[in-house]
Amino acid sequence: MGELHLREPLIIELSKRGRRAVSQFPPSSSAPEPLGIPAHLCRGAPPALPEVSELQVVRHYTRLSQLNFSIDTHFYPLGSCTMKYNPKACNTYAMLPEFLSRHPLAPEPQGFLACMYELQEMLKDITGMQGVSLTPMAGAQGEFAGVAMIRAYHRARNDAARREILVPQAAHGTNPATAAMCGCNVKEIPCDRNGDIDIEALKAAVGADTAAIMLTNPSTLGVFEHRITEVAGIVHEAGGLLYYDGANLNAILGKVRPGDMGFDVIHMNLHKTFSTPHGGGGPGSGAVGVGPRLLPFLPIPVVGKEEGRFRWLRERDLPQSIGRLSGFMGNAGVNLRAYIYMRMLGRAGMVRVAEFATLNANYLMKRLTQAGYEAAYPTRRASHEFIITLKQEARRYQVTAMDVAKRLLDFGIHAPTTYFPLLVPECLLIEPTETETKEELDHFCDAMTAIRREMEQEPEKLRSAPHTMPVRRLDDVRAVKQLDLAWKPAA
Amino acid sequence: MPYVPHTPDDITRMLDVIGAQSIDDLFDEIPAALKTTTLNGVPPALSEMEIARLLTERAASDGRSLNFIGAGAYEHHIPAPVWAIATRGEFYSAYTPYQAEASQGTLQLIYEYQSMMCALTGMEVSNASLYDGASALAEACLMAVRANRASNARRILLPRAVNPTYCQVARAITCNQNIEFAVVDFDRREGRMPLAALQAYRGQDFTALVVQQPNFFGNLEEVDQLTDWAHANNLLVIAVVNPISLALLKPPGEWGGLLAGKRGADIVCGEGQPLGVPLASGGPYFGFMTTRMQHVRQMPGRIVGRTEDTEGRPGFSLTLQAREQHIRRSKATSNICTNQGLLVTAATIYMALLGAAGLKCVATASVQRTAELVRALMQVKGVAAAFDAPRFHETVLRLDRPVAPVLAALAERGILGGLDLGASYPELGNALLVCATETKLDVDIDAYARALAGVMQASRDARGAA
Repeated sequence: MGELHLREPLIIELSKRGRRAVSQFPPSSSAPEPLGIPAHLCRGAPPALPEVSELQVVRHYTRLSQLNFSIDTHFYPLGSCTMKYNPKACNTYAMLPEFLSRHPLAPEPQGFLACMYELQEMLKDITGMQGVSLTPMAGAQGEFAGVAMIRAYHRARNDAARREILVPQAAHGTNPATAAMCGCNVKEIPCDRNGDIDIEALKAAVGADTAAIMLTNPSTLGVFEHRITEVAGIVHEAGGLLYYDGANLNAILGKVRPGDMGFDVIHMNLHKTFSTPHGGGGPGSGAVGVGPRLLPFLPIPVVGKEEGRFRWLRERDLPQSIGRLSGFMGNAGVNLRAYIYMRMLGRAGMVRVAEFATLNANYLMKRLTQAGYEAAYPTRRASHEFIITLKQEARRYQVTAMDVAKRLLDFGIHAPTTYFPLLVPECLLIEPTETETKEELDHFCDAMTAIRREMEQEPEKLRSAPHTMPVRRLDDVRAVKQLDLAWKPAA
Repeated sequence: MPYVPHTPDDITRMLDVIGAQSIDDLFDEIPAALKTTTLNGVPPALSEMEIARLLTERAASDGRSLNFIGAGAYEHHIPAPVWAIATRGEFYSAYTPYQAEASQGTLQLIYEYQSMMCALTGMEVSNASLYDGASALAEACLMAVRANRASNARRILLPRAVNPTYCQVARAITCNQNIEFAVVDFDRREGRMPLAALQAYRGQDFTALVVQQPNFFGNLEEVDQLTDWAHANNLLVIAVVNPISLALLKPPGEWGGLLAGKRGADIVCGEGQPLGVPLASGGPYFGFMTTRMQHVRQMPGRIVGRTEDTEGRPGFSLTLQAREQHIRRSKATSNICTNQGLLVTAATIYMALLGAAGLKCVATASVQRTAELVRALMQVKGVAAAFDAPRFHETVLRLDRPVAPVLAALAERGILGGLDLGASYPELGNALLVCATETKLDVDIDAYARALAGVMQASRDARGAA
């Protein structure tokens, strides 16, 4: 447990008029041309940006970085986010100067496109799909592409009235939000007490309006939906399609393929399963894979191979495509990192991801139940993640899942996901990932054991946690009521 | 085992605790019929040394060219500190800052970013980024429909001189929500949208007018007139801008106001790539969006606010989350979750290093280099300027022969000579969009002009011989 950091001022507060990082300024031209821009189109006062030295910038942002928890510095068992080690090689070799300097509209670079083509092929094999587009820039945009393709499919069959998307109660919030962006309505399907979809409810819900069902498997409850084949049959029979939310792909890599389970479309979060960095919020990459029904509708561009040469497939190659979702070709550099990761893991390494992510999760679940915590689905195997419910502790000690999460920060452990999925009260969704050692998992269990003791003996310590972070709990109500979203010069 | 740290002893002990015989047992809930047997499409593992060799060879085979293409992605010098800091593990490998106490670094940086973008665009609030410039325009269109209470239409006026890919993306993303676009043509001589072209739409109900400054041809629109026209007709103004240009050009927050009494664009968006992000085959870049405080609850994407902790110390957290998908689900302002945080980190460091004076130098030098480039290329026989409007750092040239073979011949000489506009704008004939930023020196411009003269001459000779 570290010392409190001193507060770092805003960069603008370090500003001093006339200070410059001049070595970053371009050299002036030998014979400068007049700008030729009329005065009424020009800016008057300069923007209020900081005037600081290069060292001040370097020191300020290095200090800010030190206020963060990250995978490189802390265990980060954040459920549903797959915070595994991001190998340094993926960054180093994606940032080779030739890759970085390539303009997106330059003639098709064969070296780079070879990597993208092979990435598409590997993703097809892993998911059991027939086509992949790497264009979507994050999971939510992959979802958008998937649902837009589903709508295009129904429209092409003169069945455009199908506008209802079924989602299980525990679905990630992006699922209903995506459905809405695609002009669809959402119907929630309940789960039974083992975490499986209520089959009878599903049968009652499907019909002539059903566009698709959006599922993750293993589900957001951290368990494998055993009756997936039956679910697929019911939805397909009703004329709907199956959408696989790839958020939990890490759990099944090389073990079972969404295509074999009957899914028609999948988005993959390359920043989860294929270990591209989360970057403090992004970038991600939300590649989509499709089965035969949706192949003509893939978003463009897609990499094709003809007579040994790679090229981007565009509008004329895929005339039924749902179109372009990005200015160029998606988050190309993120895709390149995922490619490097997959090549370094190789065939056997892929399977090991699922195996050891699952081993770590089941080990942690068992140890925490031995320490007195209640698993939400104790009769089920954990997948790559599992849920602990603190509803009894909440009643007995008046502490919440949030209190436990905040107290974990004091032990140098990033909090698990809290209050998701919403249908499990006072829950922690815990995903250790395959890259953590047994020692790290044991340290987590020790911390949770110590926190349990504190619950009984000094619960106030939890309620007021964290105690060792740069700030204490923040006033989110004040943040909304007195909106302060940008620095303003003193009047 | 790559990146799996378990020893055989660890595995045995862990299985003992679980009470399982083997790791395979942990997958016993998956029906046997569904289990995968092989992954034939994934090759065997490579060591780091082997992947280094492979990637280095592939990068080298792509080589490096002298680049004069812009068209939405611009080559600027990137200061060494930008990526040295952005790739620090504490930024690079952190998650979205939902646990505020353990993410103050990222949160404060985003607050600083929001402040800088507001200063640059002349607006009041900024989000923490969208995916890229094209998708940001799509989100801006959807936001305008929500925000414009004076209009019941779901129709947007979209100038033909707006980046055509942005228009395609905006259509693809909004089409299932019944948003319609009416295309406003540009003046053939000036290469920008005349006020007269808008008059045809007067009295009809539209939600918003998109104004790109500089437009796709690099020309400067009469933003004051266009903004006033839109406001006088109850349309919101969606500004699409190049952030570097704003060190020199009037910020959208100050557009118009000459007649209408209402000043400034309502939503500002664009591509953030010029701010310290490498070209990198098209991504990852980031989209930015700023707006007026009155529209903040309609804005998509994450927003960071400054607040206080329980002891009254200042701190930062994600705020106004009730707009977002994880709270509002199907009623959210967008489905966006993951954004482009790391690129925002780079852009913030870039803007801090350059400051207003540095950005202005970069913008000025880019305008001057483009002027020098145009002057040099116009001396080549068969090359003429297509438009006569004031411009920023990009412009359209007209050749006396088809553009594609000329560009192919230049590429063989290691020069990316610009973008052929033939497919997007057939009405312009043999039109070539060229760009020079501060990175192009006299020697580069000379090299392009000499190569172009050679290629054009060779083409004439070949035709003459035939």
